[in-house]
Amino acid sequence: MPLNVKNTPVSIAVSSAASLTKDNNSRTLLSVQDLRVWFELRKFGFGHAGFVHAVDGVSFDLHHGETIGLVGESGCGKTSLMKTILALYRPTGGKILFEGEDISRMDKKALKRYRPKIGYIQQDPYGAMAPFMNVQRILEEPMMDNHIKDRNERYERIRNSLEEVKVTPIEDFLQKFPHQLSGGQQQRIVIARSLLLRPSFIVADEPVSMLDASVRVEILRLLRSIQEKRHLAVIYVTHDLSTVRYFSRRIFVMYAGHIVEKALVSDLLNHPAHPYTQALLLATSEPDGANARVFKEIPPGEPPNLINPPAGCRFHPRCPKTIQNLCGNEMPPEFELGSEHKVKCWLYR
Amino acid sequence: MDASPLLKVEDLVLYFRTTRGVVQAVDKVNLCLEDNHAIVIVGESGCGKSSLAKAILRLLPKNVQSYQGKVFLDQVDIMAMNDEEFRKNVRWQWLSMVPQAAMNSLNPVLTIGDQVTEPFILHTSASKAEALLQAKKMFDYVGIPESFLYRYTFELSGGMRQRSAIAMSLITMPKLIVLDEPTSALDVLTQANIFNMLKRLKQELAISFILITHDIATSSEIADSVAVMYAGQIVEINNATRFFIEPLHPYSRKLMDSVPRLHGDKEPDFIVGRPPSLVNLPTGCRFKDRCPDRFGKCSHEPPMTLAKDHLVKCWLYEV
Repeated sequence: MPLNVKNTPVSIAVSSAASLTKDNNSRTLLSVQDLRVWFELRKFGFGHAGFVHAVDGVSFDLHHGETIGLVGESGCGKTSLMKTILALYRPTGGKILFEGEDISRMDKKALKRYRPKIGYIQQDPYGAMAPFMNVQRILEEPMMDNHIKDRNERYERIRNSLEEVKVTPIEDFLQKFPHQLSGGQQQRIVIARSLLLRPSFIVADEPVSMLDASVRVEILRLLRSIQEKRHLAVIYVTHDLSTVRYFSRRIFVMYAGHIVEKALVSDLLNHPAHPYTQALLLATSEPDGANARVFKEIPPGEPPNLINPPAGCRFHPRCPKTIQNLCGNEMPPEFELGSEHKVKCWLYR
Repeated sequence: MDASPLLKVEDLVLYFRTTRGVVQAVDKVNLCLEDNHAIVIVGESGCGKSSLAKAILRLLPKNVQSYQGKVFLDQVDIMAMNDEEFRKNVRWQWLSMVPQAAMNSLNPVLTIGDQVTEPFILHTSASKAEALLQAKKMFDYVGIPESFLYRYTFELSGGMRQRSAIAMSLITMPKLIVLDEPTSALDVLTQANIFNMLKRLKQELAISFILITHDIATSSEIADSVAVMYAGQIVEINNATRFFIEPLHPYSRKLMDSVPRLHGDKEPDFIVGRPPSLVNLPTGCRFKDRCPDRFGKCSHEPPMTLAKDHLVKCWLYEV
């Protein structure tokens, strides 16, 4: 079972301790420091009308070969964060160091060298492929852009990566167009494309959310085995907590532009600290006939507007455990609950 | 079974004509739904779940090749009605539907209030003022502030739009609401809030639901019974409490195994292969090519059998 080896919280103490020691030895691949991504709003096309604080003070380190699950609701800034890491957006403030180099200061040439090192698996596989290109063309495109001029090498790489994602026999697929493939096959092609340039780091943005339950597990396992074989660092972005544990070592929970909790998968699932994380876990259903007879206690309301986010903790207007005169006034810093468990919440002061 | 169920579907068939051949989307489906009951229809995409809903509501496209069977709503055979009678007396009066991606099905150039009240005005010949009053009542039930009646769809979040769509389906006070993937595009917390609301509606207004979904975990939030659909047929109908513990049909078991869970150390599994094309269906049991338990008999079509008090279409449970 390729999916299971490191991350499932079967034996909590052992697995987390083991991976800890391993991590201290490994080099940091990506370091995000106090990152801010704000989008300016304009009135009538000019004249400043405020900012959308999509990502507001996010810091974390990602090690070589490490998998992180980034969980959050739509509009919490997770896609903005990913696109900034992919150098598609310029950060407003803060740094992103990739192998020690700050990508926000890179010029075009340096970016061109940086981009092949990261792979991107898009959420909607059909939307991510040009409908008028066949599979071969879709896969050749990134290599042609990156000066792999030798035809045979291109073909060889296509063959290898298609075999890796188990789209075989490859001759049957090369001439097909995206609409002739099933959802699972489309997603496999997108995964194959992300691997062609041999990246060391992959951003997977909701790679299975568009797929049927039975195919979903298959794709997750495939990703897992590729990650292990190539020792890839992966950020797996999702809104579905129940799939994260099969894929990542750590989970970050994002709310309204902040990462509110960071923890190892087993800690987060068994001892969620932040009230928002607790609500998310409670809201995620497990198949059980008894569910139909109970009401869930879910915080009312919706995530705040990021143009004028609430002062203090951004979750405090919905939080059942708000502390008077504190949560609404001051932004909580990151409190440490354990060596790898950090939470932004005043309850742990 | 109850002597007079709210809805009774007998041998319902819906085939579509396409250039590739006849698509057998709904193939002899039998279903029974009691008053104030919620049935969930689960299955992979393309198994005919949405077509079944459309067949019950008679919302049919032009390329229908065959549409037959019997549908009894409170013992009245609604299939015998002509389209006009059906429109006047059944749709909205007895049953309404919240379509898939309902939040995007609202009209962007009308206010929410205009759309929500429209069916009420058309079906009860109420005045605009009365309809608005009714709409406010429904908004109360689904938990939207009344002032939202005067807003446009783009001013509302996805969850609020979904609630408005549900309010609209409630406005004529039908007995049965068909929900097609009501929460699939929504966030987890919003999803849980909407299910809380549906549970309350079921308790307070005694409404019945048919919920169509591919998400088995969240479907358990409202299900009284579960019907599993595969390749145009219903292969199992089971009581929800039992189904989530012990599904009977091999396909249902596989489907349950594929659900990722938050706790426990059971690894989810996937179903090898793909569902058959509805144009070119295999003979015999339609699941046999993917089934781990297949045996000689599977090349003949299994009957619906009563096993452990539940209906299952599989030779394994033959008496």
